[in-house]
Amino acid sequence: MFETPGAVMHAAEQVRDAGYRRWDCITPFPIHGIDKAMGVTRSRVPRFSLAGGVTGFATGMSMIWFMDQYDYPLTVGGKPFFSPLFAFPVSYELTILFTAFATIGGMFLLNGLPMHYHPVLNYDKIRRGTDDQFFIVIERSDPRLNPENTRALLEKAGGRDITELEA
Amino acid sequence: MSQATELPEASAAVLAEVNPAVKPRAELVAHGRSFSWITEKICGIAEEKTPVWWWWCFLSACFVASFTVAGITYLVSTGIGVWGHRNPVNWGWAIVNFVFWIGIGHAGTLISAILCLLRQKWRTSINRSAEAMTIFAVVCAGIFPVFHVGRVWYAWFLFPLPNSNYIWQNYRSPLEWDVFAVSTYGTVSVLFWYVGMIPDLATMRDRFASVGKTIRARLYGLFAMGWRGSSRHWSNYEMAYLILAGISTPLVLSVHTIVSFDFAVSLIPGWHTTIFPPYFVAGAIFSGFGMVLTLILPLRAIYRLEDLVTQYHIDCMCKIILATGTMVGYAYAMEFFIAWYGANPNEGFAFINRAFGPYWWAYFIMVTCNVVTPQFFWFKSVRSNTALVFILSLFVNVGMWFERFVIIVTSLARDFLPSSWGYYTPSIVEIFTFFGTFGVFSVLFLLFIRFLPIMAIAELKAVTPQADPHAHGGGGHGAGPHADTKTREHY
Repeated sequence: MFETPGAVMHAAEQVRDAGYRRWDCITPFPIHGIDKAMGVTRSRVPRFSLAGGVTGFATGMSMIWFMDQYDYPLTVGGKPFFSPLFAFPVSYELTILFTAFATIGGMFLLNGLPMHYHPVLNYDKIRRGTDDQFFIVIERSDPRLNPENTRALLEKAGGRDITELEA
Repeated sequence: MSQATELPEASAAVLAEVNPAVKPRAELVAHGRSFSWITEKICGIAEEKTPVWWWWCFLSACFVASFTVAGITYLVSTGIGVWGHRNPVNWGWAIVNFVFWIGIGHAGTLISAILCLLRQKWRTSINRSAEAMTIFAVVCAGIFPVFHVGRVWYAWFLFPLPNSNYIWQNYRSPLEWDVFAVSTYGTVSVLFWYVGMIPDLATMRDRFASVGKTIRARLYGLFAMGWRGSSRHWSNYEMAYLILAGISTPLVLSVHTIVSFDFAVSLIPGWHTTIFPPYFVAGAIFSGFGMVLTLILPLRAIYRLEDLVTQYHIDCMCKIILATGTMVGYAYAMEFFIAWYGANPNEGFAFINRAFGPYWWAYFIMVTCNVVTPQFFWFKSVRSNTALVFILSLFVNVGMWFERFVIIVTSLARDFLPSSWGYYTPSIVEIFTFFGTFGVFSVLFLLFIRFLPIMAIAELKAVTPQADPHAHGGGGHGAGPHADTKTREHY
C-alpha cells in the first residue's frame, strides 16, 4: 500500500526492474506515466476499433447497395439506384457506431471484464483503491516470487502493510 | 530547418530579456482538496438521504412530464390532425422541438469528446452531467419525429427491417440519413457515458460495501463490471476512452450536419443553403452550453460544488457561448448577404420575409437572444455574477428555440404559390407536448443526480496537483521515498 501516486510509481519501477511479470498496480485514477514505470506496452484496443470501423463502413455501403440496387430497385426522383455519395452519410454513421462497440468490446476483452471476483478483493484495505490509496499486487504465479525477497523489495520501495493473500 | 534549431535559443534570450510574469494555470480543484475529499463529496450526493427539495422538484417534474404523456396519448388515439400542422406548414413545432433538443445535446458531446482531444482539463468537472444532459435531450428529441410520422406503430419502418411489403428505405433521402445519425448519436452517447462511469461506479460499489449496504453494492458492482482500478486495465481503458472521444468528435459534427441536410438538401428558399451545416453545428454548441450552465449553476449552488466547478470553469463556458453565439450572428448576417449577392428573387424574398414578414417578432427574439445576449460575456464582471450568467443562459435556450422556429416556419409559411400561403399557429396539444418534454428531461436528470456520480470522480482526481507523480520538484524518477515524504508534507 502506498499513499501517493509518486510513491507507487517509483515502487512500480523497482518491481519492473526486479524482473517481475505477473503483477499489477491498483490506483483510483490513471497515473500519468505509470505504463512506462510498469513496462506495460501500448494498448491493443485500437486494433479492435479499426476492425469495427472497417466493418461498419462496409456494412453501410453493402446494405444500401443490396437494398436499393439489388433487392428492390425503386426509382425516386430519377436518381441512380446506388451511388456511394448518398450512401456515405449512413455508412459514416455506421462506421462510428461499429467502432464504438468494437472499442468498448475490445477494452472489456483485453481487461478480462466483467470479472466480479478477484483474489485481490480479499484484502481488507483494497476498497480504498478506488478512493485515495495506491497498491501494488504481485501474483503468486509469478516465477520470480519469493516471499522474503518480494517482501523486502516492496518494503524497500516504501510499501506499507504488505500482506499475503489467498487466491 | 535552420530556423527551427535557432528558434529556441533566440526565444530563450528574448525571454531572459523581457522576463515575462509567470501566470499560474487556474486551479481546477480549488483549495487543494484531497482525493478522499473528492470521493466523499461526489459519492455523498448520491448516498445521502433524499433531500426534501429533490422530492418537490421530482414531483413537479413528473407533473410537467404528464403533459407530454397526455398530449401524445391524445395524438395517438385521435390522429396527427390534433397538431397544428397543415398546408403549407407541415413541419411545425414537432421538427422545431426535435432540432432544439438535439442541439442541446451537442454541448455534452462537445465537452466530453472535443475538449478531451484538445486536452482541456476543465472539462472533467462538467463532462458527466453534460453527457447525461445529452442523453436525456436525445430522448426528448426522439419523441417528436417518431410521433410526427403520424402512425407511430409504423415507426419501425424507419429502420432497415424486412417487412411484408418487401420495400426498403429510401437512402437517397436526408430524412433516412437522420434516422441513422440520431440513433447512432444516442447509442454512442450512452456508451461513452457508461464507459466513463465504470470506475466511479466501482468507487460507489466499494463505499457501499464497506458500510455493509450489500444490495446497493451488488447493484453498482454489477454495472461496474468488477472494475478494480488495475493499472493494466487503466491503460486499455484510457486508450478506449481516447478512441471514443476521437470518434465522437466527427459524430457530433456529423449529426447536426445531417440534421441541417434535412433542410439544406431541399429546394425551399431559405433552406437551400450551403451555410447550414456549420451554422447548425455552431448553434447547437451554443444552445448546449446554455443548457449546461442552466443545469450546472443550480447544482453547484445546492451541493456547494464551488471547489470543483470554479469560476474558471464558468468563465470557460461563457467564453464558448460568446464565441459560438458570435458565429451564429455571423451566419445570420451571411445568409442575408448571400441572399442579396445570389440575386435569386425567391431567396431574397425569403429573407426579407423572415426579418420583416408576419413572423418578425420571432426573428426579433432570435437575434436578441442569440446575438445580443452572449455579448455580455465579454465582461468579466458579468461572467463572475453567477445569477446573471444563469439568466443569460436561459435567454440562450429561448433564442435557439426561436432560431429553429424562424428557419422552419417562415420558409414554409411563404410557399412558392402565394395562393397557398398561410400562417402557422401551434395547437394546444403541440404546446402541451413540448412543455411536457421539459418535465421528461427534468425527471431523468433528477434521477441521475440521485443515483449516479454527477462528476467524473476518477478524472477529477487525475487533474489535481497531487495526482502528478512528479509533483513537487525532485519527486520524479529514482528519487525514492524521500521525495514522497516531501510531497506528502506539501499537500
